[in-house]
Amino acid sequence: MTQPVSATVPEALRAEGIVKRFGPLTALSGVSLTLRQGEILGILGDNGAGKSTLMKILTGFVPPTEGKLFVHGEEVALRSVDHARSLGIECVYQDLALANSLSVYHNLFLNREILYPGPFRLLNNRAMRRQAEACLEQIGVHIPSVTLPVERLSGGQRQAIAVARAVNSKARVLLLDEPLAAMGAREAGLIIDLILRLKAAGGLSIIMIMHNYAQALEIADHIVLMQRGQVTYENRAESTSVEELMEIVRREYRVVRNE
Amino acid sequence: MSQSKPGGGRGAVIDAVLRWRELSILVVALILVAYFEAANTDFLLSDASLQNLSQFVAPAAIIACGEIMLMIGGEIDLSAGMVFALTPFVMHFAHQAGVPLLPAVVLALIASALIGLCNGLITVTLLVPSFITTLGTNFLLNGVTLTLSHGTPVEAPEDPIFAAIFGNWGYSEIIWAVAVVAVMHTVLRRTRWGLHTIAAGANPVGASEAGIRVNRLKIGNFMLAAVLAGLTGVLESFRISSIDPQAGGNSIMFLAVAAGVIGGTPLAGGSGTILGGLIGAFVLGVLSDGFTLIGVNAFMFNIILGAAILAAMLFNIHVGRLRRLGAMR
Repeated sequence: MTQPVSATVPEALRAEGIVKRFGPLTALSGVSLTLRQGEILGILGDNGAGKSTLMKILTGFVPPTEGKLFVHGEEVALRSVDHARSLGIECVYQDLALANSLSVYHNLFLNREILYPGPFRLLNNRAMRRQAEACLEQIGVHIPSVTLPVERLSGGQRQAIAVARAVNSKARVLLLDEPLAAMGAREAGLIIDLILRLKAAGGLSIIMIMHNYAQALEIADHIVLMQRGQVTYENRAESTSVEELMEIVRREYRVVRNE
Repeated sequence: MSQSKPGGGRGAVIDAVLRWRELSILVVALILVAYFEAANTDFLLSDASLQNLSQFVAPAAIIACGEIMLMIGGEIDLSAGMVFALTPFVMHFAHQAGVPLLPAVVLALIASALIGLCNGLITVTLLVPSFITTLGTNFLLNGVTLTLSHGTPVEAPEDPIFAAIFGNWGYSEIIWAVAVVAVMHTVLRRTRWGLHTIAAGANPVGASEAGIRVNRLKIGNFMLAAVLAGLTGVLESFRISSIDPQAGGNSIMFLAVAAGVIGGTPLAGGSGTILGGLIGAFVLGVLSDGFTLIGVNAFMFNIILGAAILAAMLFNIHVGRLRRLGAMR
């Protein structure tokens, strides 16, 4: 069922035989997938399929029980989120990791603040404000002011800020956890545009965890379907369809019911 | 990503209130001062009453700085009043044992930092809510202080110049308070530590996902709160030239928390203001002194204090509602 991806495009991130057990619970049982450079990989699956656990492993948040990770072709054992970040892997989590009471520009630079030299770690707010404006301008995100607290923005604007933050930190691999969840069609459209703009700008490879098959097929270059901790199907987005994916999931439901 | 300019008129007023949350409480403070000044011309302008007022405001304001840092992170330190009582005794015993006065104070402050470290470690690593942790250490430390002192006060070390600097001179305490507030305000608004404290309070999971070490921050703020409470205890013992095991206690701790809340720091975490804490302490001081001077029953103060806390919280909630309306405009 798996179609070979053109081997000429180098890989950005590859997982091989990832197993994750939490005590007696097996969350992932041997997941392998490849993200090609400059592409968008869509990971689909129901709740409990192991998508979020996989995400946490790819960002260094939790270590895998077994399996290997390759970043730009080199095997790495991610020790921490900071380690993954130093390799250019950034993640936008579902809960956005934004601090609502802080301004847009403070959120854009959270834990990566520009500081004045000296022992007191004083914030260079002016530089952060200017760079935040430039960064949002560059990727085409429009908000009234970067000094507004994030809580005064809409859900779509907040998601855009979270994505901008990851991009702002010179990410080369971007992981997006349900970036379109709980969003109206118009807001989702704006985020999709933003993601496609980032991809077109080059230099960025993106993994998206998604629920909506139609959206996934619209954005992604490659689709991976996860069920019960395993990759059960993968294909180029243009070679598959919502119907085909639905059929696989339906088959799975029948299996579960008969057990 | 729609373009929505913050509107004028009512919106601008709301924006101003949101940007300077201290503004509203400052207005309240000025109105109170004007009222008491009109009712009693000696209220502010005499040296004695100014000293009196500053000596009420200073301890509450200094302890409030620590409590506010904790409250921003969604925590609280109920043991601050007992650290206040214990710290001068540590200084006293160190001094008795031959340690010079300044190192003895430093030693005492290190001891209070260790208490804060315990509060923080218990809360963060053993996952006990800080309300419970510090409720426990509150009683525990009170017992320790009473045992060490045999329940009787001792005289503060005699050294006129040192004592004057550390609280004995009429205005030295308020100078300490203003200095601590200035430093803590800068820490909160202008440093990485302050920014991360707010971020961790607003979204703990998000902050740790961003790589912020939330636990380390919290423990640090527990230590900070304890050191500030200990410093206040030392200042107060030099002011009254006596180290009293019954000094401070829960009343000063709750006064400090009240100052923070009235100043605009909600207990829920994620936001707060040090400057507001100072103004909150000032409002409490003005109320307390003002009522005394115009001859209102002292019990009245507690009624007003309670009402002020409730009003401040209602105002906070109300402003939060306006803010959400503003976001939808």
